[in-house]
Amino acid sequence: MVDASTANSEENVADAFLQGGASLRNAPGPYFGSYGGRWMPESLIAALDEVEDTFEKAKADPEFLAQLKDLNKNYSGRPSLLTEAKRFSQHAGGARIFLKREDLNHTGSHKINNVLGQALLAKRMGKTRVIAETGAGQHGVASATAAALLGLECVVYMGAEDCRRQALNVARMQLLGATVVPVTNGSQTLKDAINDALRDWVSNVDNTHYLLGTAAGAHPFPAMVRFFHEVIGEEARAQILEQTGKLPDAVCACIGGGSNAIGIFHSFLDDPSVKIYGFEAGGDGVETGRHAAAITLGRPGVLHGARSYLMQDEDGQTIESHSISAGLDYPSVGPEHSYLADIGRVTYEPITDTEAMDAFRLLCRTEGIIPAIESSHALAGAIKVGKQLTEGKENPADTIIIVNLSGRGDKDVETAAAWFDMLDENGNVKGTTLSTRKPKGPSERSNLEISTEEASEDQN
Amino acid sequence: MTEQMSSKSAAAIDRAKAQGRAALIGYLPAGYPDVQSSIDAGIAMARNGADLIEIGIPYSDPVMDGAVIQAATTEAIANGFRVASVFDVVAGITAATDAAVLVMTYWNPVMRMGVDEFSRRLAEAGGAGLITPDLIPDEAAEWFAASDKYGLDRVFLVAPSSTPERLAMTVEASRGFVYAVSIMGVTGARQSVSSAAEKVVADTHAAGAERVCVGLGVSTADHVREIAAYADGVIVGTALVAAIRDGGVDAVAQLTKNLSAGLGRDTAQAHNTAQA
Repeated sequence: MVDASTANSEENVADAFLQGGASLRNAPGPYFGSYGGRWMPESLIAALDEVEDTFEKAKADPEFLAQLKDLNKNYSGRPSLLTEAKRFSQHAGGARIFLKREDLNHTGSHKINNVLGQALLAKRMGKTRVIAETGAGQHGVASATAAALLGLECVVYMGAEDCRRQALNVARMQLLGATVVPVTNGSQTLKDAINDALRDWVSNVDNTHYLLGTAAGAHPFPAMVRFFHEVIGEEARAQILEQTGKLPDAVCACIGGGSNAIGIFHSFLDDPSVKIYGFEAGGDGVETGRHAAAITLGRPGVLHGARSYLMQDEDGQTIESHSISAGLDYPSVGPEHSYLADIGRVTYEPITDTEAMDAFRLLCRTEGIIPAIESSHALAGAIKVGKQLTEGKENPADTIIIVNLSGRGDKDVETAAAWFDMLDENGNVKGTTLSTRKPKGPSERSNLEISTEEASEDQN
Repeated sequence: MTEQMSSKSAAAIDRAKAQGRAALIGYLPAGYPDVQSSIDAGIAMARNGADLIEIGIPYSDPVMDGAVIQAATTEAIANGFRVASVFDVVAGITAATDAAVLVMTYWNPVMRMGVDEFSRRLAEAGGAGLITPDLIPDEAAEWFAASDKYGLDRVFLVAPSSTPERLAMTVEASRGFVYAVSIMGVTGARQSVSSAAEKVVADTHAAGAERVCVGLGVSTADHVREIAAYADGVIVGTALVAAIRDGGVDAVAQLTKNLSAGLGRDTAQAHNTAQA
């Protein structure tokens, strides 16, 4: 946690910025301060221009906005609830904690907001195929879902390591009609999946849209992905005013690439009284080097098209990130977050695997909600923030904190069961013959192998 | 094209042009399988018909590269390759040959060292300039300043998808030559050369480029012959990487000799240069 003097000076910077009359909302890109831009091969610039142009026109088109609103309401189930977590709050210094329930959206996370928007844009551009990267599988499942809904072909790149860790999500994507391509390059995780998706895009750009899953990458992705997630913050702001009659004292979210976070932060950026916190994956602890805390310990660099904080070695080679949460296991971060960190408007701090899993269990047992491990980082952070903001206060319940509960934890049951020592040596839940591992059938295996061959065809 | 400054790449291409042929440009990654082999292979390319040598910096996230180059650069990094070694490779080749030696690099390693520092060391090593696959002129303010300061060539890429406006802008920003990618895709050998390549070259010439070289998917003497008919230079990468992988420096020498036959000249007389 930041000490009081640092926090004060950061507030002063942010206050000065806001009092200068400049809004921090709706930053259009391509640059957020010195971050963002287009550090991309020339081959893809025309495609990025096309996406930007289509997005800008759609944003101003009532028909598009109505279509999106209809899908959000009647397909995703928006608005998502804002639930007060009364028993959980007792562990956060008594501050009142409200959960923005993105876990209740169709497909189980905030990811659906962005994929519906981008899939509609893909249709507008006349594309027949979408590709996506995925870490834990949430964005892949959401992309496969949107593609099925809108009749688009869908190919999802997923690190081979992540495919093994999240076999159930591989099957979900396949059930939805998507092809899953296991990525065997590099660290076989999210960043390598993005590399392969970019290689696919540059080779198939005529008929393909790259449905990037986070508020990172080259312009217009950071501003566009934020736009599709702004609904989170807009709803939360109206809901907290309705339920409590005032703005929150703090808003907390987890940060991988940072799309759920920028979506909920957006509505509060121009309210100086609202403290905003982003919680990065601290892994085994930032002192161990095994983490994914790009803002906390990275330095500016370029990866996947944007200049932003980046985990890199002395040679500029990307350092592999580590987190118990596959969704936060990314060595960089969206460029708008880097900017908000530098100007002090948002405070970014690491949460270790242990802290996140403690918060995960606490929410399960106090509220009857199994959160995604990603979102558990925000919960753990909110406990710290709650204790800090209520310290010495006579009436801690005057302090209000919103946590973006970005996803549900069904996908994480195996990880959690292993973490909490609930499994025997065979991977069965202790005292049962129930395995958390999905048996590997021959049909799935052959499907995966075919996909790999197809993907490498043009490189032979 | 910015030509007021002398350009080692342009001079090398013009020497080939004076012999009535296109230039041959050979690519290999630095440090694959080790730094000394890179130097030896670079020298072998120069002595067997390559006019320009392109030395790649192995990078953790090479999004423009296909499977063969990815595998080689990943192995180089695993073998302990350090970015600063690229200057040793450049110096080793320029000391032994008169080929122009360019470095091909993704941008983050340059940014990490510092654009000015990197440029100074490249110039000191005798390097001609940089080929930058993920740096477009729009983001290159620092590189413009450093390349002017140290007299280095700026080789930007153009693609079949580049608009006329972007072609004009990129030609204006480039020095030495413009790198035309033949196809929408990543590096890797292909059966045939894309028909898009000739149009990109024509459009880039029309946009004002004096020298346009074609790369991506060029792997045989027939490909070289086909491209040499309309471009100022032909760039071969993946095939040479496969050669050093499978047969070491000797295989690189042999392949370069075969490829240069596609340029339509007697390789025994050309570039028989044992010293700078």
